[in-house]
Amino acid sequence: MKPLLQYASHVLNHLRKDLRLEWRSRDAINGMLFFALLVVVVFGLAFDPTGYPTTTRQISGGILWVALLFASITALNQSWARELRNQVLEAQRMAPSPASALFLGKAIANMLFVLVVEAILAPIFIVFFNLQALGNIWLLAVILPLGTWALVVNGTFFAALGLRARNRELLLPLLLLPISLPALLAMVQATTGVLTGDLDPIQINTWIKQLAGYDIIFTTICILLFETVLNAE
Amino acid sequence: MPNSPIRDKINPMEQRSPTLRNLAWLWFAIAVAVLVVGFREAIFLVPSDAAQGDVGRIFYYHVPIAMWSLLFPYLNFAASLAYLYWRNRDPLKALTADAFALASAEVAVVYTSITLITGSIWGRAAWGIWWAWDARLTSLLLLWLLYVSYLMLRRFSSTGQTQTLAAVLSVFAAVDVPIVYMSIRWWRTQHPAPVFFGGPDAGMDKSMLPAFVWNIIGWGIWGIFILLFRFALERRRQIADQDAALQAIEASLEIPQ
Repeated sequence: MKPLLQYASHVLNHLRKDLRLEWRSRDAINGMLFFALLVVVVFGLAFDPTGYPTTTRQISGGILWVALLFASITALNQSWARELRNQVLEAQRMAPSPASALFLGKAIANMLFVLVVEAILAPIFIVFFNLQALGNIWLLAVILPLGTWALVVNGTFFAALGLRARNRELLLPLLLLPISLPALLAMVQATTGVLTGDLDPIQINTWIKQLAGYDIIFTTICILLFETVLNAE
Repeated sequence: MPNSPIRDKINPMEQRSPTLRNLAWLWFAIAVAVLVVGFREAIFLVPSDAAQGDVGRIFYYHVPIAMWSLLFPYLNFAASLAYLYWRNRDPLKALTADAFALASAEVAVVYTSITLITGSIWGRAAWGIWWAWDARLTSLLLLWLLYVSYLMLRRFSSTGQTQTLAAVLSVFAAVDVPIVYMSIRWWRTQHPAPVFFGGPDAGMDKSMLPAFVWNIIGWGIWGIFILLFRFALERRRQIADQDAALQAIEASLEIPQ
């Protein structure tokens, strides 16, 4: 029990550090928020929700997640930038706490940032796309966090992969998107199913279960492999 | 360094063993021979498909290559695991494993690309469309994307880290492949779409079997040939790198060795 509590306290310390750093500059949240808003407006112009209401409802799940995907990528890229200044990364490597605690702390911090963006974006999205969910809207409270965690956990990991790469910002979407496609499929299908009411609750639940399974599998792999990546030299 | 050619004063870029070189030439000749026989069977000898006519002959290329393209990702996964295992225990073996991982990823991308392109051409000729988002095509496309992203990582990452990071990504990709397959299949059973290429039990008449068998053997032999050839190339590059590093170190020492 004690090692687990110790591990949890390490994760908490890393989380607090990231939250504090972010609060002081609020770069990531502001950038993400505005970027997601812009993407929603672009899609609004591209797909004309007022002119094609039924079609819009069918594609709105996809649009929401694409907007969040691109917004998260912009934030994830610079989430590791803090660790590069002042040789902080070397200090992290030498610290006796497990490397995966650093990873989890940062992933949870990124998760919180994206959830804040989602909370602000969802009402705007509903307004711009004139959405009335035809299914059980409370399911979205399950789908959104699960889907966000799938993007954030892999995104934080791959952002760390690209730390010393040339063309670091380009590498993250190139790696993240192929791996995330099954999760993206599940979250879009589940969200669209809720918004259009076209899918049975059983089918939506299956998508949610797939998403949860994906989250568990990839969180485990990320935790196990982060130490290797941090000490990759 | 027990294997260093510098010690043996042999140019590292030359093949060190004539036996291996002869074997490689023999294997190449066998591959070409089998593929020529397969070509003759597929294009000229077997009867043309009742429904599709001669257009269907691309089947004898598309399907064998598609089947072999599913093997190389597993080879990449095994080699990446071997690299991660040996990384701190036996660096020389790890280096070999990494060369094999790179070679198998490249061959996987090549074979998958050929599958996608021939499938596209066949689809256009036989059914009028270049692409459809059905289960099989989408899964194969995602497989292609995963291994192209592996090659991108190898290209973009900084030199000291490339091998470890690529091995880690390979683990992710390998875990993702069954997830992709299952989720896309579920997606397509939920919204059934037309099944192309006749579905999993599309009958193949016994008279067509020779073309299929010759081609599947031929493309397998060819795949192994280019895999091992690329592996040997990568090994030589690695050895040349090591020797260059050794020379640099020795040049910087004050006491002549």
